[in-house]
Amino acid sequence: MNKTIRNTIIYIVLTLVSITMLVPFIWMFLTAFKTTAETMQVDPFVIVPKIWQTQNFGNVIRAMDFVRLYINTLSMVALRILFAVVTATMSGYAFARLEFKGKKVMFAVVLLQMMIPVQIFIIPQYIMVSKLHLTNSIMGLVFPGVVSAFGTFLLRQAYMQLPKDIEEAARLDGCSIPQTFFFIMAPLTKSAMVALGIFTAVFAYKDLMWPMIVCPDNRATTLASALAKMNGQYQQKYPELMMAALISCVPMIVIYIIFQKQFIEGIATSGGKL
Amino acid sequence: MGKKLTSRQKSELIWGWIFIIPTMLGLFVLNIYPMIDTIKQSFYKTGDFGKGNKFVGLANYQKVLGDSEIWQSLWNTVKYAIVEVPISIVIALLLAVLLNKKLKGRDTFRTIFFLPMVVAPAAIAMVWKWLYNSNFGLINNVFHVRVNWISDPKIAIYSIAAIGIWSVIGYNMVLFLAGLQEVPRDYYEAASLDGANGWHQLVNITIPLISPTIFFVLVTRIIGAMQVFDLIYMMIDLNNPAWKKTQSLVFLFYKYSFEQSKKGYGATVVVVLLLVILVLTVVQLIGQKKWVHYD
Repeated sequence: MNKTIRNTIIYIVLTLVSITMLVPFIWMFLTAFKTTAETMQVDPFVIVPKIWQTQNFGNVIRAMDFVRLYINTLSMVALRILFAVVTATMSGYAFARLEFKGKKVMFAVVLLQMMIPVQIFIIPQYIMVSKLHLTNSIMGLVFPGVVSAFGTFLLRQAYMQLPKDIEEAARLDGCSIPQTFFFIMAPLTKSAMVALGIFTAVFAYKDLMWPMIVCPDNRATTLASALAKMNGQYQQKYPELMMAALISCVPMIVIYIIFQKQFIEGIATSGGKL
Repeated sequence: MGKKLTSRQKSELIWGWIFIIPTMLGLFVLNIYPMIDTIKQSFYKTGDFGKGNKFVGLANYQKVLGDSEIWQSLWNTVKYAIVEVPISIVIALLLAVLLNKKLKGRDTFRTIFFLPMVVAPAAIAMVWKWLYNSNFGLINNVFHVRVNWISDPKIAIYSIAAIGIWSVIGYNMVLFLAGLQEVPRDYYEAASLDGANGWHQLVNITIPLISPTIFFVLVTRIIGAMQVFDLIYMMIDLNNPAWKKTQSLVFLFYKYSFEQSKKGYGATVVVVLLLVILVLTVVQLIGQKKWVHYD
């Protein structure tokens, strides 16, 4: 086949798929600025709002207190990243580079956690959170994510790929294990830490069931769980619903577009389940 | 026994444990104990209003076997997975092959395809619910059809699976692209010289060489699809005539455990889910010998 024709066909296919991927986002955006009447009109069908209803933005932000929801979601994400990266950097190093009794059994526990569906942990986790009086709190949201088996696995892989002689040289220079870890090895796994951070953030931001269970209160919950509530309450008010969806996903999309390389490579190298 | 450790070995033992203790403590408290507790609870009936839980042996499991709601939801979950997983893998693989060439705009396409992965499924489900709306939705009005995408019990689960496919294509594609990078270019050059066309190259070179990646995606996507919850929770309410034909196992787990406070029965449902996933994974691990090629 002629190369130009082939390339044209490839571009047509890729463009059609791109349109399919983008139309839902464009439709969400256009609907967010319509009146309810415009969304209920089919003859003629309204594509672009006649007058852009910019006040929808303020109305929705006030109705659900999106500022609060953002603070909650960001706090949860930041704390989960902090805990997961710190604990996984330490344990990943020990599993990759140190020899000690009990290591194999403990690593089997890490693998076991990764293979089991998360729902199996949820009822007892919820009971613990309510006994600790952490429902409707940031720490309640963070709770199941303070350590990360997946992160431990990811960081262990990163350490295993580093050459052994750096460590040997440090040891001959008289570095102790914590010195070697802290000053020499840990800084070399920055890209794995970034991958884990991105993975943790995306996972926590998308999660729906846990925040619905532990933070049913409107003021204490996350963006995803607040959307689920609005979905039930606003039934046919599509401009409001689409505005809420838009507000909750635009910042993530902007961050993604800025850091797309790290996002995509982080996911590709870690193969994390999202 | 009684072997003296060198000071280096002693130091590795001490520091090894110090480094893993935060993670292990967390995993035992947050995962290992809960797993055992959930399994234990599946043998209990949850007491009403402060009354203690009652040990009922295998009664919950017997009830599950005769519970048509659970069988129906297992079937719904399987239907979702059977549609979502293979179709998303095939499309993602084809897109990855197309994007694995020197192509202008390659990164832009990749960015667009991956976009749904960074958006909360709750938001995605709201948008699609609106696109699918029977009266005012974009899809029915653009194509001039009258399909009840998510309220017709016969097709609702497939409409939801279509959203699942749309969401996950980019993610699968990124994993395939990473796998394709490892395939040596000269394999294709040799094949071209032998006169193999694009399709033959795909079937005879690409797929066998990245079969470990395909296998990884297949196993993890089936596990993920069997746990589908967010999309279904957002799309279906009890006024929807299709709710019986769409609720998934995890949806039932949520409903029993947290809406109806029947934690014992909810625990049983999730143990059943674990067993189903375990069987599916073991079957694939055995089956892989027939088609996955490791070097």
